[in-house]
Amino acid sequence: MLLEKLSNLDGASGDEARVREFIQKRIRKYADSMEIDALGNLICFKKGRVKKPIVLIAAHMDEVGFMVTEKRQNGTLGFSKVGGIDSRVILAKTLRFGKNGTKGVIGAKPVHLLKKEEVTKIPGIDEMYIDVGAKSHKDFKDIEVGDYVYFDTCFEKISAKVVKGKAFDDRAGCSLIMDLFKEKFRMPLYGVFSTQEEIGLRGAMVIGNRLRPDYVIILEGTGAGDFPSKKDNSKSPFLGKGPALTVMDKSMIADKKLLELIIKIAKRKGIPYQLKQPGIGGTDAGRIQISRKGVKCAVIAVPARYIHSPVCLMNLSDYGNTLKLAKFVLKRLGDSGK
Amino acid sequence: MIELKEVLRVLSETDGVSSCEKNPKEIVKKELKKLNVKFSEDVVGNLVAVKKGRLGTGKFMIASHIDEIGLIVTAFDENVLKFTTVGGFDKRILLGQEVVVHGKKELIGVIGSIPPHFFPKGTSKKVLLTEDLFIDVGLDEREIKRNVEIGSLVSLKKDFVELYSERYSGKSLDNRASVAALLCIFDELTRIKHDWDVYGVFTVQEEITGLGAVSSSYNVFPDAAVAIDVGFGKQVDFSPNFTTEIEKGPIIATGPNIHTGLKNAMIKIAEDYEVPYQVEAEPGTTGTDAEAIQISREGIPTTLVSIPILYMHTPVEVVSMKDIRRTGRLISLFVSFLNSEMLKGDKDAT
Repeated sequence: MLLEKLSNLDGASGDEARVREFIQKRIRKYADSMEIDALGNLICFKKGRVKKPIVLIAAHMDEVGFMVTEKRQNGTLGFSKVGGIDSRVILAKTLRFGKNGTKGVIGAKPVHLLKKEEVTKIPGIDEMYIDVGAKSHKDFKDIEVGDYVYFDTCFEKISAKVVKGKAFDDRAGCSLIMDLFKEKFRMPLYGVFSTQEEIGLRGAMVIGNRLRPDYVIILEGTGAGDFPSKKDNSKSPFLGKGPALTVMDKSMIADKKLLELIIKIAKRKGIPYQLKQPGIGGTDAGRIQISRKGVKCAVIAVPARYIHSPVCLMNLSDYGNTLKLAKFVLKRLGDSGK
Repeated sequence: MIELKEVLRVLSETDGVSSCEKNPKEIVKKELKKLNVKFSEDVVGNLVAVKKGRLGTGKFMIASHIDEIGLIVTAFDENVLKFTTVGGFDKRILLGQEVVVHGKKELIGVIGSIPPHFFPKGTSKKVLLTEDLFIDVGLDEREIKRNVEIGSLVSLKKDFVELYSERYSGKSLDNRASVAALLCIFDELTRIKHDWDVYGVFTVQEEITGLGAVSSSYNVFPDAAVAIDVGFGKQVDFSPNFTTEIEKGPIIATGPNIHTGLKNAMIKIAEDYEVPYQVEAEPGTTGTDAEAIQISREGIPTTLVSIPILYMHTPVEVVSMKDIRRTGRLISLFVSFLNSEMLKGDKDAT
């Protein structure tokens, strides 16, 4: 499974090379051309039989992670987050270095020795440290300040439909583009694998300036909200209820006509879909939409619980339905000829 | 020779939450068979391995608890499970951990909570209580209820990994490091002559009530005993005056829970044979099996040796392989030197 390999690869913002090389190797035979721009975005192109419309599908390659910021005399490493990670999920996790797989752990004070006021307090990231087993700074071997570090999580199927792993945001999207490129479409199609989404949608910024698509569809792994005890709050998107469509998030309002078209196709083809709770999250669409003279954008996403944490859960039927819906939408755009 | 690293890996990665220690016991039994050591299980589930001495002068009991801390399902809540802890877990470290729910079927899951951006407006995102946490196995309510029961035990799921400096990290090194050390002792005793009979007891439920130590010390009725457990190694977030450290050898405890004669003999052997060791002051009871063993029957001369680890009661505990081997060496030497002089009352012994 592509998703399994993509999830197990390590690639935080600025460290996407491993993911990019993996994608390049496998998408090569389905693309007419490939290019890597100055920010590391991988731009794949598939010629069409007609000139219009130009459609762009995009997913970001980067994930959230950590970076070594200090090599301390006492043998521990200071670190920072790369992208948004809830500080409550960091303590007592095993980590691996992206460049060579060296393991480390984020230690915690034993519960027996905690002071009363410490019991319900999550330490600040500056109070946490990575322990690689070094007795002092002399043991650090090839560890350098600036090294990227990741949750040491392995992809695994945990039931008939559900898989666990890290970085489904947005390796799910990467996997979808790779699957979509195997199909044939009438119109020219760009498949963009972007960088630095997690630190402010930066890779997408230059994509919007460079390419001139008529339609953009962002493929994402988005946070599911189907948790109990939320009382009156909406729980959408749910796991297992199909692709989540964005009406509005923090980065944009989706193009109304494009969204309506997607919904119409889902209904006609009998593909389950759900509308994502408005106002949460943001995607590369937010950048591309406002580039140049403006671009029609929509987001189709696979819901996953606990994104930006060591381990997320995703339902494979959602992945399948997202792929199906995206494929029909692209076919339809190709057939429209404008 | 025992393949220590591999034995510790399987012991760490298996599950044996208090009252359900079958899996680690099976691993130990396999190793004991290889070493030709006879064993049996008692009525509460303690695994008792016996190696007779040349003369049978007395009975020496070595106790390592084999259970681990874990979680237990307390309620169903739509598509997730509510839980409480079995033993002293740090609530701050649970979020984002992978677990195995031991229901009718084993289910892999994660410990989750509502992510910050889904919090109802106005609620605090900072405080973390067990009530905010739940176990998510990715199934719907109906499937969950078919596979899981209230009271199903839950263990953490963690790979055992190698760090620098022959240090290893994983879950349940409290107390599988000591279980491995006890296996090392039986391994050493195949080469070292000893007069006393050795009872190696892999005790159950230490993390809850100490049941295993209470019942096994009554059953075995030893003349002297040592408990092996884990101790705190100094961390960078400890006071600079904290004394015990990992990789500095086994920690020999001293204090009211400890028999002075046995302790002094242990220190002398460590000195004579140049086994690195550290001394730890225990002003009260020790919170280990030694606590129950000492007051069993008419009182048993008892001592405690601890293997220093980092990050105790988290799934990323860190241990130095050297300390495990040294603990095995020190106690097996001690067994070979055992004599009734060591057991004399405290004043006479010193």
